[in-house]
Amino acid sequence: MRKKRLAENGVRTQTFSSLYLIGSALGILMAVNVSAETDPKIEMGISEYTQTGGATDLKATIAAFNKNKASTTDHSKLKELEGPFSSGPEVTKACLGCHNKAGSQFIKSIHWTWKYKHPITGQELGKATLINNYCTNAKGNEGMCAQCHAGYGWKDDTFDFTNEENIDCLVCHESTGTYYRTPTSKGNKACSIMFEGKKPIEWAKVAQSVQMPGRNNCGTCHFYGGGGDNVKHGDLSSVLFNPSKEIDVHMDSEGLNFACITCHVDNGEGHQWAGSRYQMHAKDNIGQGKPGIPRQRATCESCHSSLPHSKITLKGIKLNGHADRVACETCHIPKIAKGGVATKVDWDWRTMGKLKDGEGYKLKEYTQGNGEHRATYKSIKGDFVYNENFNPHYAWFDGVMNYTTIHTKFEPAKAPIDINGFTGDFNDPKSRIWPFKRMHTTQPYDKGNNTLVYMHLWGEDENSLWGNYNYENAIKVGMEKNGIPYSGEYDFIETYSYWPINHMVSPKEDALTCSECHARGEKGRLNELRSFYMPGRDYFKWLDIIGYLTILGVFLIILLHIVMRILCYKRINKSCQIGGEK
Amino acid sequence: MEKEKNAVVIYTRYERFWHWSQALLIFILAFSGFVIHGTFNVIDFETAVTIHTYSAILLLLLWLFTTFWNFTTDNWKQFVPRIQGLPAVLRYYAWDMLFGKPHPHHKTMQRKQNALQGLAYLTFMVVIGPALWISGIIYLTYDLWNVMEGSQSLFQAVTFFHTAAAFMMMAFAFIHIYMTTTGKTPFHYIKTMITGVENIELTQAEKAYFSEQHPKILRNKE
Repeated sequence: MRKKRLAENGVRTQTFSSLYLIGSALGILMAVNVSAETDPKIEMGISEYTQTGGATDLKATIAAFNKNKASTTDHSKLKELEGPFSSGPEVTKACLGCHNKAGSQFIKSIHWTWKYKHPITGQELGKATLINNYCTNAKGNEGMCAQCHAGYGWKDDTFDFTNEENIDCLVCHESTGTYYRTPTSKGNKACSIMFEGKKPIEWAKVAQSVQMPGRNNCGTCHFYGGGGDNVKHGDLSSVLFNPSKEIDVHMDSEGLNFACITCHVDNGEGHQWAGSRYQMHAKDNIGQGKPGIPRQRATCESCHSSLPHSKITLKGIKLNGHADRVACETCHIPKIAKGGVATKVDWDWRTMGKLKDGEGYKLKEYTQGNGEHRATYKSIKGDFVYNENFNPHYAWFDGVMNYTTIHTKFEPAKAPIDINGFTGDFNDPKSRIWPFKRMHTTQPYDKGNNTLVYMHLWGEDENSLWGNYNYENAIKVGMEKNGIPYSGEYDFIETYSYWPINHMVSPKEDALTCSECHARGEKGRLNELRSFYMPGRDYFKWLDIIGYLTILGVFLIILLHIVMRILCYKRINKSCQIGGEK
Repeated sequence: MEKEKNAVVIYTRYERFWHWSQALLIFILAFSGFVIHGTFNVIDFETAVTIHTYSAILLLLLWLFTTFWNFTTDNWKQFVPRIQGLPAVLRYYAWDMLFGKPHPHHKTMQRKQNALQGLAYLTFMVVIGPALWISGIIYLTYDLWNVMEGSQSLFQAVTFFHTAAAFMMMAFAFIHIYMTTTGKTPFHYIKTMITGVENIELTQAEKAYFSEQHPKILRNKE
């Protein structure tokens, strides 16, 4: 029975939860009685290294990307790239030898700084300091997390952000599919296993393959945000390496075959890309420029205009009428996590640290659409719930995110705390209804100061959480080494984070139908957005009651009249002989 | 003046076309409208909106043309309200007809409808109809004015009046249909509305005028 359930690739809903509990209990019992190796759902060890693109043929992605490319330079013919190179920075030096502005451009970009000062809220954002509700903080754990930093060797505060030779040009530009990165420090000995047995990088070959970034390049990090395939965003997964039209109408490798940079265009600064979650264009009023004007935004409107539907059909006119209040994504991305790769929707850190024979392990009890088993428990992280092909959470959004940073004090009684709350309202003309993936997590916080905490997750010492499994030490050290006051007492708090959904745009035939929202009660997708009157969903209760009673009254009077007519007609016929007279 | 009953075409071809196309459109509008409202769910929202919008445009055109027709043909005089005869008609439907008494109103070419009927149709034309088409046009053009200040209060008012008028229209329609069964036979009035022919009293002068000027109006069996 358990196997059958696992084989199902459905959504785990509340109704499944009791089954799930029994299943988990069975799982634990079996794990105790039977040796771990015989249970395919249990994997010993805590290695977190993801061979990005591992399950996918990156060669096909690259070939698809190259179909319509005509570069003016064949880099494999360049003397400068003949090598031999023995490290990344040597290759970078060669690149910067010709591309003499690339370095100064790139070190200003968020891919390098991991910092972003929000122009409206003034908050200091960026991966370098933020806390999320997945692995929580990169800050202080760069030895692991900076494997997705587009530079070489960031493991702590000593990293030189002014040294252009530390830029990793290859991760974004190589096109062999053989390049890889590893964490920049070893971490706990239980983790170190993840670097072993990897084929050395052929630097010259990789260097000679450079070109404009393809999906294989961006996807290496962005499809694996949060520590695994599609874990974080829900709409960015390895499925997008080679998607079908049904998955993504733009990236369809047989069709339009867009690269990420087809939409995420250079914003005009060089090596900086349009399209940021920190400050979004929730409603792009600039929209489509005149023909030939370079686009500098990643919005749908920047290609499709703000009146994208037919202007001469009733349906088109009506749909265009929605575009000022409903984001394109709301109708055109009906489901999150399409194509068989699930995303995490719930994370419970409280159960971190359960071991088997003193060793960390993973329990892989979720089988996703493509047949792959996903860990529902990891000793180093706790319990997870996955979901795939599910409806987004909808909200009014004006594009401005307000983060709960390490410095933000909150009232624990008001939990769940929004990690990235946002503003937006029906009455604000700049806001539109947007789809979000909402992530729910139970994570540690500083009970005395009512702030979130930095955890020391990664390190060779005995205080790192991963390998030592002690919150007390991991939080204390995490706060101390980053200079954040810590009360000394931690507890767990529920949090939400919100991920605007932009990718995996469906073909127009699969867009939401009107009745998905214009419907009464629970059926309607916008059931929770109550600040406006929506036909099909809303009505005036008393008017309806009076209206229906009126119609009912009319029928009763008619019925009464009919009965009287029949009764009287019979009587008249018999006694008066009046009826029947012509 | 001597009067006698004659079979006469009292409803012209255009009046009958007006009546039946209006009836059809009103039923289509009511059906699709109450789907949009959420009362029932037989067709999907998109189809309902499409049908409702196109039918509404057709009905508006029909009403526009009919208003023109009513005024150019003097037919509007049929709908001028009058109290005279109203109590008798009310008494007839409530009581007298049950005992086989004859209808107090005698149809003439000048007054085809009885007092109650005239009043009901006038209400239909100057209250329920306009409430529906005025609110309906504002509703339909929502996307043109939704950016203005206070647009939501207007929108709620518009949806309220449109729905309220729709309930009134339905009440009118059901009573109207039932009343058609109160003729000599249950289908007599419906037949009249299809053929246009009814036995009414004509003065000699009227008869002579029709015989000479409009012989097709007279449908006497002789």
